[in-house]
Amino acid sequence: MRGMNRRTFGLMAGAASMTLAAPMIARAQTKPRVVVIGGGSGGATAARYIAQDSENAIDVTLVEMNREYTTCYFSNLYFGDFRTFESITHNYDRLASGYGVTMAFAMATGIDRDAKTVALSDGSSVPYDKLIISPGIDLVYDSVDGYSKEVEGDIPHSWKPGEQTRIMKAQLDALEDGQNIVMVAPPNPYRCPPGPYERISMFAHLLKSKGFSQSSITVLDPKPKFSKQGLFQAGWEQHYPGMVEWLGPDVHGGIKGIDPSTKTVMTDLDDFEANMLTVIPKQKAGAIATDSGLANDTGFCPIDPYTMKAQGDNDIYILGDATIAGDMPKSGFSANSQAKVAAMSVRHELLDSRMFPARYSNTCWSLIATDDGVKVGAQYSPTDEKIASTSSFISQNGESAEVRKATYEESLGWYKGITTDMFGTT
Amino acid sequence: MNAVAAGLVSLCVGLPLAAPVQAEPVNGPVNGDAERGEAEFRNCIQCHKTGPGTGHGIGPNLHDVVGRRAGALGDFRYSRALVAAGGLGLQWTADALNAFIANPREKVPGNRMSFRGVDDPQKRADLVAFLATLTGEAQARAVAAPEDADGPATEIGAAAMAIEGDPAYGEYLAAECLTCHQATGEADGIPGIVGWDRKSFIRALFEYKTNVRTHQVMQLMTTNLGDEEIAALAAYFETLDAQ
Repeated sequence: MRGMNRRTFGLMAGAASMTLAAPMIARAQTKPRVVVIGGGSGGATAARYIAQDSENAIDVTLVEMNREYTTCYFSNLYFGDFRTFESITHNYDRLASGYGVTMAFAMATGIDRDAKTVALSDGSSVPYDKLIISPGIDLVYDSVDGYSKEVEGDIPHSWKPGEQTRIMKAQLDALEDGQNIVMVAPPNPYRCPPGPYERISMFAHLLKSKGFSQSSITVLDPKPKFSKQGLFQAGWEQHYPGMVEWLGPDVHGGIKGIDPSTKTVMTDLDDFEANMLTVIPKQKAGAIATDSGLANDTGFCPIDPYTMKAQGDNDIYILGDATIAGDMPKSGFSANSQAKVAAMSVRHELLDSRMFPARYSNTCWSLIATDDGVKVGAQYSPTDEKIASTSSFISQNGESAEVRKATYEESLGWYKGITTDMFGTT
Repeated sequence: MNAVAAGLVSLCVGLPLAAPVQAEPVNGPVNGDAERGEAEFRNCIQCHKTGPGTGHGIGPNLHDVVGRRAGALGDFRYSRALVAAGGLGLQWTADALNAFIANPREKVPGNRMSFRGVDDPQKRADLVAFLATLTGEAQARAVAAPEDADGPATEIGAAAMAIEGDPAYGEYLAAECLTCHQATGEADGIPGIVGWDRKSFIRALFEYKTNVRTHQVMQLMTTNLGDEEIAALAAYFETLDAQ
């Protein structure tokens, strides 16, 4: 059993005082209890698999702030008018009705790791035998000088889906020919490595499809290289000649900050003024993980590669973008894959079901232009040191149009597949 | 047997196979050539057998398909969608087959045929012309199914075939598949893999593993699947019922 530290002591004090106002649910409880925080690719998958595979022998509660969930993946396709907002938005009805998951639509405000309870924003508290945290990311707004939550309505990041997604789309749709877009790309590690560049592709596609010939898109990147770089840059050259400019640190010399009032990015090289400015800042694990002392000084959470358990807490698992998952990228596919390992481990520990060796995989599809899809994927195995890549592939430049189209169609199948896997079947 | 099928029987008995069959209502009539269709059909034999009494592959046996009601073979596990379409009166006339082959997912939404369709009207007409020959005595012309051929994939797969798969292990391993392949068996750009017979399933995985089939994701996914894993997956997926 871990010792009490200042942080948990504070949380316990909080829980104790809350008890007066909202007594803890104290019904007779014989089933083991699993609480899952976060209803995204990791959390929804874990909740579903534990509930389904334990055949109701485990009481599963999923804590999620929002009643509707908009996926980050394919939000870029919404920007490019390949998808509607509705088509990337899902709900939890089937998890509740089909699998018996108890939905708690609230924010998890604290974890008492000694009492093994989760405090919720509605004042209640939920006890757990095993806790799974899949909180996603928080943005470090001030990692870009001048950027803040206060200006995100005007300068969207759209790196957390929902309202931000709509704001960005509205700004895009309002652009006129000749107006320009500037993106400040994020530093590693961040959610969805190819995401910013697929987004640039979809911006360009939208402007091109409107017949714009005078507009430009500039990416100011703190990184010297990025995911699928060769594929994206060849695609931009092919489909959007002269429209997209990517500048790495060797060209801009360093991003000094932004002036939100003029939508200007200052770099060592020059000032870049935008009609539409988007900033994707540095990222860290979601607050609930950080506040509970589960993250290290990188801002993300170390895990046990064999089980996805938090290091130093036998009853807490962490999934997805919040983790340090070795060679695995921060992606919905990764989180979904990790959730299945955690779900198996949870059932093994609570019900003594069989434990098999952990397996992890990931594939990321990106759309560059109509019917021009590319992908990168890998398989992973746990080692004592980390989750290590064992084999991988990436799309190649010069593939036929037929292959690229098939890759895009496959991505549509994957989207249907993973969202069905997360939220259940009808 | 309807008039089209009856006509086609006499056609293949009495006339050379190259005789044209009219089967293209979409962009005006296109004459199909059964011989070219037979060559084109080589793309279909991974899933469809054609000889009478030779059983089914991943897809139903296509012997005598022209004129048959959709979803009608009692010993094949069709998707619910296809059975329902048959119940609503879908019959595999030459026109219906042509439209189906053009875009299977559009013609019968929710069906499990993992094939995006043939765009070329000529190729479709040729295929339909060939299908029309798969009746009566034409069985001798039936294309050999791949398992009749000796190949390294068959030999390697034999080791997995000999193992009794552990469905519980298969269920865990299957979770990795279900990120892309839907548990309902529905195919939307990614093939349905539910309800396959064990032999076809094992063979397919080994063909990815040995690069006979080339698909980057599947080649990757099968790299660390051994005989035991593949047998376990086949045992598990065989137990799932398609919807």
